[in-house]
Amino acid sequence: MLDDFLVRAFLGGMLLAVAAGPLGCFVVWRRMAYFGDATAHAAIFGVTLSLAFSISIFAGVLFAALGVAILLALFSGRLYTADTMLGVAAHGALALGLVSVSFLTDVRVDLSSYLFGDILAVGQKDLLVIASGATFILLILGWRWRRLLLTTLNEDLAVSEGLNARTEALLLVLLIATLVAVAIKIVGALLITAMLIIPAAAARPLARTPEGMAAIAIVMGMISVSAGLAASFDWDSPAGPTIIVIATVLFVATGTLSRFKKT
Amino acid sequence: MTLIATQGVSVQIGAKQILTNVDLSIGRGEIVTLVGPNGSGKTTLLKVLIGAQTPTRGAVMREAGLRIGYVPQRLAIERAMPMTVSRWLALSGFASTAERKRIAERVGIFPLLDQQMANLSGGEFQRALLAHALLIQPDLLVLDEPTQGLDQPAVAAFYRLIDEVRREQRCAVLMVSHDLHVVMRSSDHVICLNGHVCCQGTPTLVSAAPEYQALFGFGTEGALALYRHEHDHRHDHLESQHDA
Repeated sequence: MLDDFLVRAFLGGMLLAVAAGPLGCFVVWRRMAYFGDATAHAAIFGVTLSLAFSISIFAGVLFAALGVAILLALFSGRLYTADTMLGVAAHGALALGLVSVSFLTDVRVDLSSYLFGDILAVGQKDLLVIASGATFILLILGWRWRRLLLTTLNEDLAVSEGLNARTEALLLVLLIATLVAVAIKIVGALLITAMLIIPAAAARPLARTPEGMAAIAIVMGMISVSAGLAASFDWDSPAGPTIIVIATVLFVATGTLSRFKKT
Repeated sequence: MTLIATQGVSVQIGAKQILTNVDLSIGRGEIVTLVGPNGSGKTTLLKVLIGAQTPTRGAVMREAGLRIGYVPQRLAIERAMPMTVSRWLALSGFASTAERKRIAERVGIFPLLDQQMANLSGGEFQRALLAHALLIQPDLLVLDEPTQGLDQPAVAAFYRLIDEVRREQRCAVLMVSHDLHVVMRSSDHVICLNGHVCCQGTPTLVSAAPEYQALFGFGTEGALALYRHEHDHRHDHLESQHDA
């Protein structure tokens, strides 16, 4: 029988993969990779908030991630291009987080566990948080699926059919912030975006429809988590980065395969 | 019967005045074409009508429950999103499979249902967009330069198709077009836009208007020669413009 902490790590990773697959597809389709980075990097600042005000890590991170997302929405204007704004936000948020953590003198913080995740330390309470977060993300995505797809394809078209493009965009921001708050324990702030983008990108060459891509992205995430956990156990390597390495290998594999199929 | 109308619509974006005091109305079954030079506010006016742009001043009146089938200039279907034609049609909402097949057959993309949208030719892609719009069972079909990038025979075929389906579905059509020849031949009503409505009315009236000739020159007289009026009823849109 597996050790209990390994089972929890496995379950937590699987739940994350299930939520990150379809959400990551939207991040890929809407070119939100940098946006994901900005919200994810804000998570470190969120950790500081949680420790300083003794609230749960989930609440602090969610608050900080949403805060950055809203600031981005407010300040995205004419003077800077979107990628400049996002670059500033992503790196500024990370730096702010790192500096703010150092001000916490009475708490000893293991910074690397928040930067790179600590999946083997996933407790039962964490598991509950991850499960609720993942369920929330999947329910919202399922409920709004057609609207989200249409607004992604063409906002005017969506509006002409009576949808509100801004609502759908905000909803995605909320979901990404939720995922960040859920995933920080598993892969860490620096690699959350990887968990969103890489399985989705690896799924792309194998998919024919948006739904197919979302489903295959889930499978890719699950393979990455299980193989990554096993490998990190074998190699004694950090679990979060190992999961992402496996995902990257899958991405290269499906990409290469599709190239051979075409020629 | 008026489906949609604007009254004194002005749009200002930033410091730029894009539309000034635009009045127009579209009746059931009518084909209305917007012409005008680049930057004359055609696309903005379409956006106002479909609800994607709020006018700074003025009002848009829609018939209650008006259904708009919008055919945009392009979709963000990049290679990043896999999308078969049949899935794209299903995205229009709740039309049955049989209905989707019928419409696909009607616009001539039935053999392409399993293809990826990104692999379609320009003309096929426009037909797929049109099919999606038709599946909404629109009262008003709105097309933004639907024939951009198509070759001459494809342009002619596309307009013929539009004309046929609007008769079958009994919907009105509003389109932006640069194909003046075709516009003059197949529209009921032409609106010549240049930030404001320069002139509007039947194709014959508009192409004779000095405002129109100032914008497009006299080169379109050839279009007039081509123009064959197939409708036997009269239009008095030039006058109705004033009491809109």
